[in-house]
Amino acid sequence: MSGYSVTEPSKRQKWIAGLLVITYALVTLMPLLWVIATGFKSPEDSIAYPPKVVFQPSLEGYVNLFTTQTRITPDMEATLTPPKTWYEQIVRDKGMVIAGASRYGQRFLNSVIIGFGSTFFSVFLGTLAAYAFSRFKVPIKDDLLFFILSTRMMPPVAVAIPIFLMYRQLGLSDTHLGMILLYTAVNLSLSVWLLKGFIDEIPLEYEEAALIDGYTRFQAFYKVVLPQAATGIASTAIFCLIFAWNEYAFAVLLTSGTAQTAPPFIPTIIGVGGQDWPAVAAGATIFLLPVMIFTIMLRKHLLRGITFGAVRK
Amino acid sequence: MAQIIIRNLRKDFGDFTAVKSSSFTIEEGEFFMLLGPSGCGKTTTLRMIAGLELPTSGEIYIDGEDVSQKPASNRDIAFVFQMFALYPHLNVRQNISYPLKSQGMPKRQIKAKVAEVAKLLGIEEILHKPVSGLSGGDRQRIALGRAIVREPKAFMMDEPLGALDAEFRERMAEDLRALHDRMGATTVYVTHDQLEAMQMGDKIVVMNHGSVEQFGVPQDIYDWPATIFVADFIGSPSMNFLHFNGSVNAGDSAVALEGQVFEIPTQLQSCEGEIVFGIRPEYVSFDQNSLYRGDIIAAEYLGTTQIVTLQSRNGTLKSRIPSAEPASVGENVGLAFNPRAITLFDKKTGAALLSEGNKGVLDNG
Repeated sequence: MSGYSVTEPSKRQKWIAGLLVITYALVTLMPLLWVIATGFKSPEDSIAYPPKVVFQPSLEGYVNLFTTQTRITPDMEATLTPPKTWYEQIVRDKGMVIAGASRYGQRFLNSVIIGFGSTFFSVFLGTLAAYAFSRFKVPIKDDLLFFILSTRMMPPVAVAIPIFLMYRQLGLSDTHLGMILLYTAVNLSLSVWLLKGFIDEIPLEYEEAALIDGYTRFQAFYKVVLPQAATGIASTAIFCLIFAWNEYAFAVLLTSGTAQTAPPFIPTIIGVGGQDWPAVAAGATIFLLPVMIFTIMLRKHLLRGITFGAVRK
Repeated sequence: MAQIIIRNLRKDFGDFTAVKSSSFTIEEGEFFMLLGPSGCGKTTTLRMIAGLELPTSGEIYIDGEDVSQKPASNRDIAFVFQMFALYPHLNVRQNISYPLKSQGMPKRQIKAKVAEVAKLLGIEEILHKPVSGLSGGDRQRIALGRAIVREPKAFMMDEPLGALDAEFRERMAEDLRALHDRMGATTVYVTHDQLEAMQMGDKIVVMNHGSVEQFGVPQDIYDWPATIFVADFIGSPSMNFLHFNGSVNAGDSAVALEGQVFEIPTQLQSCEGEIVFGIRPEYVSFDQNSLYRGDIIAAEYLGTTQIVTLQSRNGTLKSRIPSAEPASVGENVGLAFNPRAITLFDKKTGAALLSEGNKGVLDNG
């Protein structure tokens, strides 16, 4: 036994390790907790100093996020019927009425369409390309792979101006298709490289067995290779979605209306009727949910995916 | 079940030629061994028969049909891989029924077939289990089951026992052979283990550097090797080679080494220059009257027999003699060779010289 032992760590060591992990988790989770808490504060509480840790929870932020409101005079208020729903009540308490739905829902839906759409295409095209690179004799394969990787060597925003001009010419500005194409293009290099690594790891014999068993090359691909690449596909999908979901710069530049995603929209809430931090925080909280749910759903695969290659099977 | 004919088969990988113009015939129902050291082209040959590689040139006939350029899925053969290649996302039953599903066989029929095969292989108990976590032997049986279940024209096996531990190997080898005899299926089996090949095969092809060195039944290959390589590769310990300079003429039935005349099978071919005198260890015996002498440098006790290593003027040689016979290290003994089992080789070409003894064997191959 020289410098290496496999004994159980002592109780003290476990305590210290646990404490470190919890501290680190608190530090990284702090902003997140702050955002979630702010979403449930009233506007006054949200800017109170010193900050309120304990506060009266309120849904005002969420109501403000999803609605547009108009101020009414007390005379007018007397002519109105009493509020029927809890959210109408919240708005009426401030001396306002709901004028209609805000654009947040629409922007959020855009994010979903563009985020999941581009993720689907990145993974779909990436899987086919990675399979071809992994299994077939492709001429100048190494150069092609390097070329694909090289598209990642500069920050995507570096090409923002050319893309802006190109999109204007092609009529792709502020369209769902345009954004899906753009995010797919950016994600594709990541997806091809990640998936190629996963597919390389799948022994060739499985497909050969399927070929012998009377299946065509394509059947062998989707019946034998795909199920085994599931882990790789899931983790690749998460990475692609996280990028497309959070992307801000291109979204600001290329979208303004019909195809605007949530990230460029959320900051604009600040301007509506003063600095409405609870509404901004509510918007951010809701915006976090899909990626969180998606990640939790695929977490089993993700864990295996990230540590992939670290341990030989 | 089918006859497989290989004609002038060749495979190039870029500049490297893996298989050079192989030709041989696998008869219906034969257990056929492709034997050779690693890198000799035996696996490539097998993969070409299976359709996993397409030949650069040459033809493969299965059941009289030229399949050389057909994809594997259209050849109706089964393949057992060294690492089993069971589909890891399916359980045992699904693995075995997979080839039947591709044929669109009705479910009820699949179920019956799988049950039949499982019974044959003794794996009924594990049909519902996932394949991961099963022992090597069980996996091997499942791989066999997957091959057997569709009753293909022929079986290809790529070192199927290679991944098993020694204890299990022997049992599986016996089981495999028994299974083959029961089904009478044409089987092509790749191995680098000459003992396995001799033990299980009806016929053996010995390959080296992409070429077929010899092709025939195990006994013929053992007794009458066509080349020095085959003589050296087959048998444990391998054939003894005594090198000498001289000449042999057609019609000769004896050679003289160190003044001792040794009877040999009547030669049908002349050769001059460096000649190799080949004799199996079991045909080397002690004879105090012999002029051909050797010093004993080692004796290995093997139970009923012992292997004695001797130093002679023409090189070291080994003799397999009964353990009871006295043999002590350092002793100088006279040697006698059984004339029935001697092969002379031309050292330049490595080929055996034709004689009355090996004529029948070498004319075939």
